Amino acid sequence: MMPYLTERIGNPSSLHSPGLEARKALDESRERISKFINGDGGDIIFTSGATESNNIAIIGTAMRNSGKGKHIITSSIEHMSVINPCKYLQKQGFEITYLPVDRNGRVDPDIVEQEIREDTILISIQHANGEIGTIQPIEKIGKIASERDVYFHIDAVASLGKIEVDVKRANVDLLTISSNDIYGPRGVGGLYIRKGVKIQPVMFGGGQEQGLRSGTENVAGIVGFGIAAEIMRKEYKGEAERQARLRDKLIAGILENIEESYLNGHPTERLPNNANLRFSYIEGESLILNLDMEGIYASTGSACSSKTLQPSHVLMAIGLKHEEAHGSLLFTLGRGTTEAQIDHVMEVLPKVVEKLREISPLYKKER
Amino acid sequence: MYSEKVMEHFRNPRNVGEIENPDGVGTVGNPVCGDLMTITIKVNGDVIEDVKFKTFGCGAAIATSSMVTELAKGKTLEEAVKISKQTVAEALGGLPPQKMHCSNLAADGLRRAIVDYLKKRGEMDRIKELGLERDLEKMEKGEEDDEHEETCET
Ligand code: FES
Repeated sequence: MMPYLTERIGNPSSLHSPGLEARKALDESRERISKFINGDGGDIIFTSGATESNNIAIIGTAMRNSGKGKHIITSSIEHMSVINPCKYLQKQGFEITYLPVDRNGRVDPDIVEQEIREDTILISIQHANGEIGTIQPIEKIGKIASERDVYFHIDAVASLGKIEVDVKRANVDLLTISSNDIYGPRGVGGLYIRKGVKIQPVMFGGGQEQGLRSGTENVAGIVGFGIAAEIMRKEYKGEAERQARLRDKLIAGILENIEESYLNGHPTERLPNNANLRFSYIEGESLILNLDMEGIYASTGSACSSKTLQPSHVLMAIGLKHEEAHGSLLFTLGRGTTEAQIDHVMEVLPKVVEKLREISPLYKKER
Repeated sequence: MYSEKVMEHFRNPRNVGEIENPDGVGTVGNPVCGDLMTITIKVNGDVIEDVKFKTFGCGAAIATSSMVTELAKGKTLEEAVKISKQTVAEALGGLPPQKMHCSNLAADGLRRAIVDYLKKRGEMDRIKELGLERDLEKMEKGEEDDEHEETCET
């Protein structure tokens, strides 16, 4: 990707040779990424990231197909870049159904089917949830959507590079992906659009990216994205297996060694890199700060650590009480995660939990 | 995000625990983010001889609780009721703006413990004199977070 930041700075819309060279590089990336998700080659448009991809997918299809209907189905645990475009559309006269999820965070395909109406134009469901790790039954939902002739969009940001993403198997019409979630550069994303899907742009200009995303392409970033996808395609399966083993060790170790600890999200239908747990009587931000001092970096869905002082909407949707959400702790594994690190967490975490419980007025030790 | 001083108190909180047979108890929930703290005090004459806290909350809540106990220890009741959220925040070298509400928790908890103490002794005039009527009122109404206590105490 470096040459595209230094010498090869041609504009892919220009016809001179540096421009053509840039165009070629873009198309190569498109091929690579499309291959990774089992697309047909040219069916990806590049954006500035997953937020923009989700916005185009939702607002772009809604606007273009509003003649057919104004009803959209999504879930209550989507990323904000899905929920907020939906809220925007609500103000424009669209109707949105936010499907509930069960205790494990799964959407029930039967409920999806029941909620589809004459005027439903789009179903948008994430492939997997980045916070609680739960994987959705997207193949079933995709089948229902295509039988009922409703567009199906999935947000695959959390799943790409961790589990198989196959647009054909799941009958996907639109699919959001992002570069930095597969170790590519930041500031680049993609939207897969199946050939024939009716969609319109949400931003207007020079008509780049098949008219759907105007603005000169971020060539260097896109090249990096393509290479990241290529590497991931070859490596992710082995890596996912390795991480899942470490994840299971971590989860089992915590549940075994720390009283009143619980797993958030699905026990088996779960991203290989996600371990989300909760501990009664203590608060997540103070957990994180304590772990940070030991070189362990985690996050939490606690109200105290969010800008709005609201607990995570995902944890609320799976039916946790406010104070349960407070004690949630998310570990994300990655390529660099080692067994020794997992052991280190297992050594430190019980002590930290105990220390905070000692301070907590809710914790009454049985003596 | 936090100052050195906040982190120091967070790492080594002072006066953690519950005094046995306390003279006054103050319990306060944080209506903003749903946290909880309890302060217990031992009073000798007019002086807060000992004070301990327990807090269920974020780093700032724990650090401010710790700081409040430190500020209150050895103070007369009159001095102690003057400890405000600003005093606490300043003593900690400042708090991030979105965390200012946490320092309310500790200062309120201390005042409530003092009210509890005076009430038990029937010193209602003293409560007025120290300007604690509002705290008393809130305590009696179970404000501001009946709802919160319900969820937390289960
Ligand atoms: S106690 Fe919740 S933000 Fe501080």
